[in-house]
Amino acid sequence: MADVSLDHGLVLAAILFAIGFAGLLTRRNLIVVLACIEIMLNAAGLAFVAAGARWGQADGQVMFLFVLAMAAAEVAVGLAIAIRFRQSLKSLDVDDADEMKG
Amino acid sequence: MLSLLWLIPALPAAGFVLLVLLNRRLGRAGTALIGAGSVGLSALVALLVCGSFIASPPAGDAYHQVLWTWLDVAGFAPTIGFYLDAVSVTWVLVITGVGFLIHLYSTEHMEHDEGYTRFFMYLNLFVASMLILVLADNLLLLYLGWEGVGLCSYLLISFWHKDPQNVYSGRKAFIVTRVGDTAMIAGLFLLFTQLGTLQIQPLMRAAEEAWAPNSGVAIAAALLLLGGAVGKSAQVPLQTWLPDAMAGPSPVSALIHAATMVTAGVYLIARTNVLFELAGDARLVVAIVGVVTLLIAGFSALVQHDLKRALAYSTISQIGYMFLALGVAGWEAGVFHFMTHAFFKALLFLGAGVIIEALADEHDIFKMGGLRTRLPAVFWTFTIGAAALAALPFVTDGFYSKDLIIATSLGSVDGNLWFYFGSLVGAFVTTLYSFRLVWLVFFGERHTEVTRRPRWRQLVPLYVLAVLSIIGGFVWLPAWIGAFHPLEDFLDTALPPMEWAGQYAHFAESAGAALLIILIVYVGIGLSYLLWMPWRQSTHAFAESPAVRPLVAFWTGGWGFDWLYDRVFVRPIRWLAHAGRADVVDYVPRGIAWLNLAAWRGLSAGQTGRLRAYVAVAGFGVVLVLAVVVLR
Repeated sequence: MADVSLDHGLVLAAILFAIGFAGLLTRRNLIVVLACIEIMLNAAGLAFVAAGARWGQADGQVMFLFVLAMAAAEVAVGLAIAIRFRQSLKSLDVDDADEMKG
Repeated sequence: MLSLLWLIPALPAAGFVLLVLLNRRLGRAGTALIGAGSVGLSALVALLVCGSFIASPPAGDAYHQVLWTWLDVAGFAPTIGFYLDAVSVTWVLVITGVGFLIHLYSTEHMEHDEGYTRFFMYLNLFVASMLILVLADNLLLLYLGWEGVGLCSYLLISFWHKDPQNVYSGRKAFIVTRVGDTAMIAGLFLLFTQLGTLQIQPLMRAAEEAWAPNSGVAIAAALLLLGGAVGKSAQVPLQTWLPDAMAGPSPVSALIHAATMVTAGVYLIARTNVLFELAGDARLVVAIVGVVTLLIAGFSALVQHDLKRALAYSTISQIGYMFLALGVAGWEAGVFHFMTHAFFKALLFLGAGVIIEALADEHDIFKMGGLRTRLPAVFWTFTIGAAALAALPFVTDGFYSKDLIIATSLGSVDGNLWFYFGSLVGAFVTTLYSFRLVWLVFFGERHTEVTRRPRWRQLVPLYVLAVLSIIGGFVWLPAWIGAFHPLEDFLDTALPPMEWAGQYAHFAESAGAALLIILIVYVGIGLSYLLWMPWRQSTHAFAESPAVRPLVAFWTGGWGFDWLYDRVFVRPIRWLAHAGRADVVDYVPRGIAWLNLAAWRGLSAGQTGRLRAYVAVAGFGVVLVLAVVVLR
């Protein structure tokens, strides 16, 4: 098995991030949008882990734990918003929430 | 006794304040009591003060009373102070005396007017301002009175403010005199910056010391003051406001626009005679203005149909005589004519007021006629006034003063034949138009019925003024009648004495010159009798004939001055105002506002409310920043 180098990890992180970002831009369902944000967060976490492995330091994994905690909190808030969203707009389409335009 | 001087202007001022404060709580009787009473008391005090001044003249033949210092800034310290000398005595006596008679007359003349209290309010304020004007010891206080009488003149011309025409006339008077006043205040600035004071007596002494005769600055100062005098006294070229000022009530015309305020210009020039002595060229301008005015206004008076307008033009013309006298250094003759003119012109206007009232507001003399038997008291007094205006020899005061001015215009150092002929022609025209009024109003057929007769409060002033119009001239007899001239002796204490030094002085002073004037007056009266009594129809037809009609219209309209000013000033200014309605200057601030608005619109267009667009922009921004950081 070939060595998993830093580059592999970072490229994968970048691909994951790009997928998440593309989903964020293209998908309109609020749940999917939240999922895309999770993908992007995990891409960032992967980059931390890869970098930690490269330098032989634990900091990368510690940071990933932080990211996980933050992601959990974010999901809690995000889902709460999604419920309120659904209640007030009767939909989950983010484009319906355009009342605050100039 | 002299220390009561301050009471003379203070009493009418107090009357004004009382009327303002009590206004609606006063009945007509109370208003009349305060309005006329305050001026009556002022006249009494004036008699006491001036009597004691004449009986025992104070040192220096002048009494100076300083009440307090008005303001004191960097060496500029005008006082509220009064200065009484022979000139101001003459003016004060006429203002309070004639003023009281006119107030008395007004209590009856205005009795059915809803603005009764307002009328007396303005009238009292006027008398107070006028007294401040003539008693002021410095030019700034004089200017306060000057503007005060201007304000009252405006308020009283447009007294019946429900007719827009009256308000227009008031505005016109205010704006036209303002032209002169602006010149005058510029003159005051010039005098102060050059000589460092505005106290009249020190100022005159300083001018005499600092300025050479006929130096440029003296002429400029004199001409600027003359500008103010010309505006206030309705002389060419600022005379156009006075005929329209007749829109006011008749007592106003009598008091303000005949007897007192319009002679303020004469007072100003007489008061600053030292300056005008220095500026000989400016004095020549005064004389020319006088001659031109007296001729122009005389011919205009000859063709008027409105009784009060005819009298207004005659006022302009008579003040022209006063200016002529001042211009040829006959200061005292000018003051003399001011006094006699105040008597007979107030009489004429008060008489006209009764006539117009009696005929239910009819102003057209061609619709009057035959009033001799209907209003005998008015007939006699008005005729005396007209005779005085025409300078009927020996028995009227106008003869003595006008004779003196005409003689001065030839016989003084600055006199010449032009002035002399001008004033002789003016005298002839004066007799024509003054008796024209008498013939047309009192003789012939009756066209309008008399609906009201005057009572004692209107008749007494008429009688008193008629008596004054007869005896007022006896205080200064010409040399060829006898050496009786107390007025001249009195005025000598304050003004330069009359000098008979010109080329024709000997003739001018002689009985022969007087005989010429007497002849002119009699011929004038005779001709006016023929023209407007037996030949009335043909005179009328002549005036209506195609060849003469334009000339008559030209004179009636006051020699086209109104037309000219309308074209030269009024219309261009109105055009500019119209063009400027779009506010060209506003384009700059409006452009700035527009730019801000456009920027706001552009920025707010980005606020779509679409979450995914925001995310895209944020992502794009991140990529951009990264690209810049990485590829740099």
